[in-house]
Amino acid sequence: MKKKENILAVRKVTYAVVAAVIALIYFGAAYITEFKMSEGIAAFPGAFLWIAENLMPDEQAISRIPKILSKLLETTLLSVAVTVFAAVCAFLFSLLGTRTTKINPIIGKAVRIVAAFFRNVPDVVWAMLLMFSFGQNILTGFLALFFTTFGLLTRAFIETIDEVSSSCVEALNATGANFIQCVFQGIIPSSLTGIVSWVLYMIETNIRSSTLIGMLTATGIGYLFDMYYKMLQFPSAGLIVLFMVILVIVIEGISNKIRRVIM
Amino acid sequence: MDMAIQLTGIEKSRNGKIRVRAKSKSNTAIKLLIFVLLAISVIALLTFDYKDIDLGKAIADTFANIKTVFLAPKLSRGTLADILYQLLVTFCLGALSTVFGMILAFFCSLLCAQNIADKRIANVVKSIVAFVRAVPTVLWVLIFAISAGLGSVAAVLGLTFHSFAYLTKVYAEAIEEIDSGTIEALRASGAGFWQIITQAILPSSLSYMVAWTFMRFEINFTNAVAMGAAAGAGGIGFNLFMAGSFYFDLREMGALTYIVVIAVVLLEMLSTKIKSKAK
Amino acid sequence: MAILKFENVSKVYDNTTKALNDISFSLEEGEFVSIIGPSGAGKSTILRCCNRLIDITEGKIWFDGKDVTAMNKKELRAVRTKTGMIFQHYNLVERLSVMENVLHGKLGQKSTLAGMAGIYSEEEKLEAFNILRGLDLADQTYKRCDELSGGQKQRVGIARAIMQQPKLILCDEPIASLDPKSSKVIMDHLSNINKRDNITCLVNLHQVDVAMKYSKRIIGVTGGRIVFDGPPEKLDIKTVHKIYQSNDSDLITDVKVGA
Repeated sequence: MKKKENILAVRKVTYAVVAAVIALIYFGAAYITEFKMSEGIAAFPGAFLWIAENLMPDEQAISRIPKILSKLLETTLLSVAVTVFAAVCAFLFSLLGTRTTKINPIIGKAVRIVAAFFRNVPDVVWAMLLMFSFGQNILTGFLALFFTTFGLLTRAFIETIDEVSSSCVEALNATGANFIQCVFQGIIPSSLTGIVSWVLYMIETNIRSSTLIGMLTATGIGYLFDMYYKMLQFPSAGLIVLFMVILVIVIEGISNKIRRVIM
Repeated sequence: MDMAIQLTGIEKSRNGKIRVRAKSKSNTAIKLLIFVLLAISVIALLTFDYKDIDLGKAIADTFANIKTVFLAPKLSRGTLADILYQLLVTFCLGALSTVFGMILAFFCSLLCAQNIADKRIANVVKSIVAFVRAVPTVLWVLIFAISAGLGSVAAVLGLTFHSFAYLTKVYAEAIEEIDSGTIEALRASGAGFWQIITQAILPSSLSYMVAWTFMRFEINFTNAVAMGAAAGAGGIGFNLFMAGSFYFDLREMGALTYIVVIAVVLLEMLSTKIKSKAK
Repeated sequence: MAILKFENVSKVYDNTTKALNDISFSLEEGEFVSIIGPSGAGKSTILRCCNRLIDITEGKIWFDGKDVTAMNKKELRAVRTKTGMIFQHYNLVERLSVMENVLHGKLGQKSTLAGMAGIYSEEEKLEAFNILRGLDLADQTYKRCDELSGGQKQRVGIARAIMQQPKLILCDEPIASLDPKSSKVIMDHLSNINKRDNITCLVNLHQVDVAMKYSKRIIGVTGGRIVFDGPPEKLDIKTVHKIYQSNDSDLITDVKVGA
């Protein structure tokens, strides 16, 4: 009984400490960023009112539907293409980086460092950097998303392969199979579902990210939104938000369905 | 005859040879999916409007720029102390939105975790969360900026919204992992809703939640950098934007990028550590 | 002639941990030998040195009269095709069919391209099917391996090894993850292969009673050294305690060893 009370006391102290830390983070961060809770709360009604008002498109917005849809299609195609090409490159790269294939520990380390570099340089930096050389072009967004996706997927694939393929590759090695045979008969069949699941996730993520990149590189749906927004044509901007939501939810639904089938 | 008996169980494929593969819907589905994705990608690349870009020159320029950015970084506008303060601002934007998102998500996850919540309420909450998650962070920031103006308030609210939606999903999954027997036993002993939460749910899923929350903080930090650049939210992201799109100072961009990358790598290391401890 | 011979073999990990310390023994063709010892004693390392899944630090290993330690990639591949291996966790490609996993035993003898695409001749497929039938797996031929039970998976592992037509089969804790009934089936199959096809078997076990029942010779390993090498009759309780570094009271295995 005494022990139980002890546990409860410890638990209470833990909760108190967690609450205190959270409060401390809040006050410190609010001070530094000049965030005011009152302004924050005051902004809510305005934002929701905006959504409620502008999700109903006006005539001008309706006349822009074809343009919006074509840009949205472009964004979707871009996200799929970027993810697929990054996935192919990342898969080849991750074969060099896994411990499973035992290619060479130094190469493996180098691969992981390169992947970390591409993953951690923010996509906005890539976007601005590529703006200098590619200008307002769809390739700017393509490459900016490609670099970060490549870095992220390389790490994800290395982890997947190390987790699910290392045991069967050991067995195939023991039968005398060579590297390429191990890849095609061992690594690909065993890790493919994991890899596909990551690709689906990245397609979703990239659709959202491409909006941001579009704003910086003046391309795609992000640019369209930015333009309507700055011209204060909110119903058109609202329509983009609405379509975006539908697109992302549909893609999420499809991905979840595919995941269930392939597992 | 003897041979026929021995071979019961062996199957031939359409070309008359002995079949080797398993009949499995999922293998067909994966092949189909890969084919479709590759087809979409090829079509995409063929139909994009490239506006007659000089690819050779663009690539050469890119390499030259990458070289300048990453091999010759130099801070010329503002001292290192100024920049580090801006980094701290970005850090705090991320922290604030994580804290808000966490608190909101905790209560919402209680409303939509299958094993404790009412089904109808859960469905409503889940739909709202799906909607919130589907809108890109930058759009949330800009929507809030209409009423709050561009700045830290809009940035924090925008970032909060997305983290809230993400964490609600994660927390709900954590709560759903809890053995239903534990909750039933408590309910049977007469424990109320809040008692169940403090006695069963918090103790068993807290460490998991902490790990995910920290991971979300990592994402919020990078998002805060992006918001600074794309939506004028302040912090080091804004410095990056000014260096890149206003002063065209590649070397300054390089220095700022290195600072961001170092911060992200440190956070990633910390996050991995927390994650392995939580398991 | 000895099929496998270890000469003063040592293995050091990360320049510090000594996993094997001056190991010497040899296997005659057709022998069924068990290696017993506590976990971490170096049993797995010994097996993985035989086909160089792990490279040794010192000493020499001879397989079929040839020095394994000095081989290039191609020669090593030839040795591996002649050595079957069975694992504690079966190490199958779970998403492929039972048939495909058995046919993997032929990969080492195939060209890169044929192996990569998984193209096998009709004779090879028939051979695989016959092996499966011999292991009572004919009905599972077209199932995916992740649909099988542990005992069935291990039989697929054995089928893959037999498919190689090996001279030597290395078994790394083949029954450590199985229930007693499946364990018996697996050990009986291994013993059967050994007698029928005259394939040499080197088996890591941690159940002393199983080792005593199935093998003609037992090697006891502890701390990376061989402390016993002889027939089961010679293994007395004192030696068992020496191998497991235990006292009379804390050994769980209830062994009836020769007095």
